[in-house]
Amino acid sequence: MAFEIPNFTPALPEIFLLTMICVVLVVDLFLTDKNRSITYLLSQATLLGAAVLTVVVQSAVPEYTFSGMFVNDGMGTVLKLFIYLSTAVVFIYSREYLMERNLFKGEFFVLALFSVLGMMVMVSANNLLTIYLGLEVLSLALVALVALNRDSSISSEAAMKYFVLGAIASGMLLYGMSMLYGATGSLDHTEIASFIEQGSTDDIVLKFALVFIVIGLAFKLGAVPFHMWVPDVYEGAPTAITLFISSAPKIAAFAMLMRLLVEGLGGLLVHWQDMLIIIAVLSIIAGNVIAIAQTNLKRMLAYSTISHVGFLMLGIIAGTSDGYSAGMFYVIVYALMSLAAFGMIILLSRSGFEADTLEDFKGLNQRSPWFAFMMLITMFSMAGVPPTVGFYAKLAVLSAVVEIGLVWLAVLAVVFSVIGAFYYLRVIKFMYFDKAVDTTPISGAYDMRAVMSANGVIILLLGIYPTGLIALCVSVMP
Amino acid sequence: MMSIEPVLFYIFSTILVIAAAAVVTVRNPVYAALCLVLAFFTCAAIWLMLEAEFLALVLILVYVGAVMVLFLFVIMMLDINLARSKEGFIKYLPAGGFVALLIFIEMCIVLGPENFGIEVTGEPLKHAADYSNTKELGVTLYTQYVYPFEIAGALLLLAIVAAIALTMRKRPDSKYQDPAMQVAVRREDRVRIVKMATEKKQ
Repeated sequence: MAFEIPNFTPALPEIFLLTMICVVLVVDLFLTDKNRSITYLLSQATLLGAAVLTVVVQSAVPEYTFSGMFVNDGMGTVLKLFIYLSTAVVFIYSREYLMERNLFKGEFFVLALFSVLGMMVMVSANNLLTIYLGLEVLSLALVALVALNRDSSISSEAAMKYFVLGAIASGMLLYGMSMLYGATGSLDHTEIASFIEQGSTDDIVLKFALVFIVIGLAFKLGAVPFHMWVPDVYEGAPTAITLFISSAPKIAAFAMLMRLLVEGLGGLLVHWQDMLIIIAVLSIIAGNVIAIAQTNLKRMLAYSTISHVGFLMLGIIAGTSDGYSAGMFYVIVYALMSLAAFGMIILLSRSGFEADTLEDFKGLNQRSPWFAFMMLITMFSMAGVPPTVGFYAKLAVLSAVVEIGLVWLAVLAVVFSVIGAFYYLRVIKFMYFDKAVDTTPISGAYDMRAVMSANGVIILLLGIYPTGLIALCVSVMP
Repeated sequence: MMSIEPVLFYIFSTILVIAAAAVVTVRNPVYAALCLVLAFFTCAAIWLMLEAEFLALVLILVYVGAVMVLFLFVIMMLDINLARSKEGFIKYLPAGGFVALLIFIEMCIVLGPENFGIEVTGEPLKHAADYSNTKELGVTLYTQYVYPFEIAGALLLLAIVAAIALTMRKRPDSKYQDPAMQVAVRREDRVRIVKMATEKKQ
């Protein structure tokens, strides 16, 4: 059997990252706790190196390698770069937090880099097998990260829930994939797509497979009615890990939706559109309404994530190139906002104290007007108030939905995001109109404060000049 | 004349289904694990009939030989509270049973002969006696599927790192020997000569 050596160049970032994970793992063994910063710097350098390589090997036309299992295209490049960026920001934000809680260990960085590897595999997957393996690498690393604080029973409980429900979701996804293989005889997205194009889309086995795949994806995304794990995991995990879970993996989840539903099963659009509409509507309603009742900020942001996932799906539901690029814009913007919001909780926390209740934000304006302003921008952006970037993100997905004639869906989404604005504004009310209970000055390392400020300013600036990022998202969509 | 294959298939699959059902219904977890072993065995027999000899043997060697034995050890070591795990069984039975029944009916409709019958899929290829299943599998695995194979390797490394990170802890109160220190010990470290005045008998 003739076999051609695959072209390794498109996968250079992945190969580099895996090599560096091993290097970090071994180097960390020889470091004492005092020199642990070397691991941190090495991890940041790894992300930087992977980013440089990703830019170097980028290709405008999709490039396939490893027998068509790996694809390197514009969307992959952009999403990977944002995954590196948000992971690097997570490292900066969480450094002091982890040190104070005795979690600043090599394992944290190794596991986080492993999950970045899983995300990259998912982003570049063109085969059911690789998408599944990437997802497993990501989930396993995240579960271990959630449980990293071993002495905390709430973290262990969160990790257990995450693990068990994640396993059920993987089972669903795998069963759907096996049905898909049974129906089409292939694991390759391109071949599956051409099979569906030739045959009838009414094949009952394909529909059956689709149901399981959509359920599996909804589980992983944390969309209603498969969202039960999200608040518990967000609350139970150490805030630094919650920060990570809520940012980069969401970008990877978007890539998974694109690769699996759009590129692989695009021919079944009429079927998964209806399923996603139900899931998106339920997510937007439940996320926004239940968030109002929360007093814990991490739980509140978890429910807000659920509603944002609903919005993100709206872009995919549209089924048009505009819709996909709007979805991509939304997920990148969401990652930015999520970093800012959870970063603020980390900034206000200190040794032995978690600023994760709404009460802790009371009178933040008196303690630090600048960071109160940053939080104000973030909350406005999450609620979708102009001129922040969150407004444009919502506008883009809504106009994509209106374009295909689903006006009722857009109206419903707007109504519930107005309801959702209540709990974002409540945070602002606490910060500006209530007296501070806790008057400890805001500490935090200089790099964290600088990046935090940049994060908030970018949310505002992107809101004023959103065209660049929108154009980027449009240009990489087929 | 009816061939022996369908007869064997029905025997093995009946045992497989019964064993699989027993895994989740028997009360004693040790029995459940043993039923799972039986399920693996019959499954391997079915794979053998499909000419997937290598996979069938690996299933027995790895899953029955290694994984399930470990499982049995764990089950026997742990004191599993059976009453608690059965809690709420009756309460959730109607809803759970209904959903399970619904999925079962759907699966019967979809997986029936009109979609996966031998007329649709065609008869499985029969190979000559000198056909090496293992070689074919190896060639495919290390050429066409080398990328997923490598990711699976990374996944295993991750699993090791995660397991060690979550379970290994240095306990400050645990006593252990350091041979280097034992060798380097000096008399002054162990013996202290105390000068004291002679005590008088009272």
